[in-house]
Amino acid sequence: MKIKILLFGITSDLLETSSLDFEVDTNSSVADLKSALLVKYPQLKNINSYAIAVNESYADSTLILQENDVIAIIPPVSGG
Amino acid sequence: MEKTSIKVTSKKLDLQECYNFVTDDSCGGIAAFVGTVRNDTQGKEVIQLDFSTYKPMAIKEMQKIADLALDKFKIEKIAIHHAEGMLQIGEIPVIITASAKHRKAAFDACQFAIDTLKETVPIWKKEHFSDGEVWVNAHP
Repeated sequence: MKIKILLFGITSDLLETSSLDFEVDTNSSVADLKSALLVKYPQLKNINSYAIAVNESYADSTLILQENDVIAIIPPVSGG
Repeated sequence: MEKTSIKVTSKKLDLQECYNFVTDDSCGGIAAFVGTVRNDTQGKEVIQLDFSTYKPMAIKEMQKIADLALDKFKIEKIAIHHAEGMLQIGEIPVIITASAKHRKAAFDACQFAIDTLKETVPIWKKEHFSDGEVWVNAHP
């Protein structure tokens, strides 16, 4: 299934876009998505670590993605 | 009556607004934390900071912090406002105010809110130097 991924901060610089369409298998978990992202975008190895948000909340690695979920890659935050 | 005020804005933050929001006749004190843009990082001169945000999620996470602070500490009201966009040295990226019957809860709530904000709220700052720029915390 197709999902849309939002990018911010260092990750939008590394991937040179603020959003991308990505194909994942049905019943993929957040952990599966992270592995698939690393294969397609090895540049992601250049950052410390990152979290995944699903529908504007931090997602556990076991969460199963649904079609039309809003996914965001959250690199280490530095507000304040 | 609203007990929390949450804002992410490209306008200049207003300490008076945050102060006014938390004032309450039942309170004996108001604590405020004001973050300001510092002119150096690890000995290197910073020219300006650019804050980008995942705004809808940032607002949700800031609301969670405010609600948790109301639960954890004996405060009456709390305001958490954060700026986005380019800020110059001395300008204000974040203001937190909290009011309480007694001062300790107000201090504790401010400390908790800024510490948690720096860990969980999806906001990123890019430091601009005279010879380049770097996303803070991004690299190993």
